[in-house]
Amino acid sequence: MLYDTLIAPFADFGFMRRALVASLALSAGGSAIGVFLILRRMSLMGDALAHSLLPGAAMGFLIGGLSLPAMSLGGFLAGVATALLSGIIARFSSMREDASFAAAYLTAMALGVLIVSLRGSAVDLMNILFGAILAVDDQALILVVATATLTLVGLAAIYRPLVVECFNPGFLAAMGVRGSVYHYLFLSLAVLNMVAGFQALGTLMALGLILLPAVAASFWAREVWSMTAVAAPMAFVSAAVGLLVSFHVGLPSGPVIVLFASLFFLGSLLFGTRASVRARLSRPVHLRG
Amino acid sequence: MNAALRLVDLTVSYDRHPAVHHVSAEIPAAEMTAIVGPNGAGKSTLLKAMLGLVPRVEGRVECAARRIAYLPQQAEIDRAFPISVLDTVLLGRWSRFGGFGAANGTDIHDAQHAIEAVGLGGFERRPIDTLSVGQFQRVLFARLLLQDADLVLLDEPFAAIDSKTVSDLMAVIRRWQAEKRTVVAVLHDLDQVRRDFPNSLLLARELVDAGPTSRVLSPENLLRARAMAEAWDEQADACDVPMRLSA
Repeated sequence: MLYDTLIAPFADFGFMRRALVASLALSAGGSAIGVFLILRRMSLMGDALAHSLLPGAAMGFLIGGLSLPAMSLGGFLAGVATALLSGIIARFSSMREDASFAAAYLTAMALGVLIVSLRGSAVDLMNILFGAILAVDDQALILVVATATLTLVGLAAIYRPLVVECFNPGFLAAMGVRGSVYHYLFLSLAVLNMVAGFQALGTLMALGLILLPAVAASFWAREVWSMTAVAAPMAFVSAAVGLLVSFHVGLPSGPVIVLFASLFFLGSLLFGTRASVRARLSRPVHLRG
Repeated sequence: MNAALRLVDLTVSYDRHPAVHHVSAEIPAAEMTAIVGPNGAGKSTLLKAMLGLVPRVEGRVECAARRIAYLPQQAEIDRAFPISVLDTVLLGRWSRFGGFGAANGTDIHDAQHAIEAVGLGGFERRPIDTLSVGQFQRVLFARLLLQDADLVLLDEPFAAIDSKTVSDLMAVIRRWQAEKRTVVAVLHDLDQVRRDFPNSLLLARELVDAGPTSRVLSPENLLRARAMAEAWDEQADACDVPMRLSA
């Protein structure tokens, strides 16, 4: 019984195994990206960025059909272009970066949906918007695992400048370091993770597995590395359980996975050790001095 | 007089309104100079211009210093960021290990020494979000100690800080002066400036006066500074004073 529920789907079906490995890789790289997105107060901007992949993926779809390399490349270029353009607009006008991000992603979404509906069916649109993790093939798996590797190695390489750029950008500038270089390197890695995620979760929810576990982790840990260490297993468990549920019940996998990540968020919000509801309601204890 | 820093007809503007307007002055080397002036007089902007941190600059800053250390206003730092006291202080050695090198035993030993020197011994592992404003200012001073700079620029080092902390940190500043380092501080407490800083630069977007504090902080000068800082003319014509070559 337990075997049938938990193990058999993965033992019997190749696509389930690939989906499981893909979500493991996504969780490892994505949760580190999510932690930095939160620390940079860019959670919503990250979401806007994820939506902005759509027109690029749609262009790839228009040119190559439902081909992963074409759609991924298109999505990556669209995401990086959105990040750069928003940054440039914010620097050369008095507009704030969050506003320019919102303007850019609304434009991108509208454009993307129009492009897909030019040629594709409603099912294609659904697949691009909400993902199809069970359709992850070997090619997609390699993309996801390569992304996770590049993300972890890349973040380790730019860790110190990125941390200082987050908490004291003026110091970095006074040291003669261009913090914006690291900002954009980080955003490129973030876009890469969203591209890897959108095959599985869709452009609407690519950020779910990146951001929700990171937010949940902030209720338990308070250092960059420990937040990441808490977030990654939560992301992976959400993905694995979400896969099983969507397999047995026959629901789309993306939303189910994201909802399980939301459960982690809710649980952490209620019971976490830091700034959670429980910590707020429990009787205050103070030390003697 | 040996100048550590020379401002030559310096103008910095935001959205075309000058925050610092045609300022020429010299900062004497190995001495303590206070920058004084009403709110909005361009004091912080002047410090940033000395560092080359503001983009639109006319005129020149000539700097003889080999290494500059800068204390920003606390509002410019995300104090909720999860980083420890020791890591924050170690950043003072950035010029040695940069963004990618490793801190060695000497760096860590010196950082611990600096943390003790500002009276925070035992706080090394504490995350900075658990510190008070005064304690965090001590952390930033420890980072300055590690930078080993010959020119130290301090932007409102004593804003919202109690008198015990001020006197401890003043002792650090005096030690820098004894070591022949140049110290420039933006300050609001005129009594403190008169007591501790032999040189002053009074700013109200334009230079009111610069020189010995006893002369610069005269009642007439202070009154003039206040009147000048309040003037803000939306209809002002573009300023095209020819570049003065005298300074």
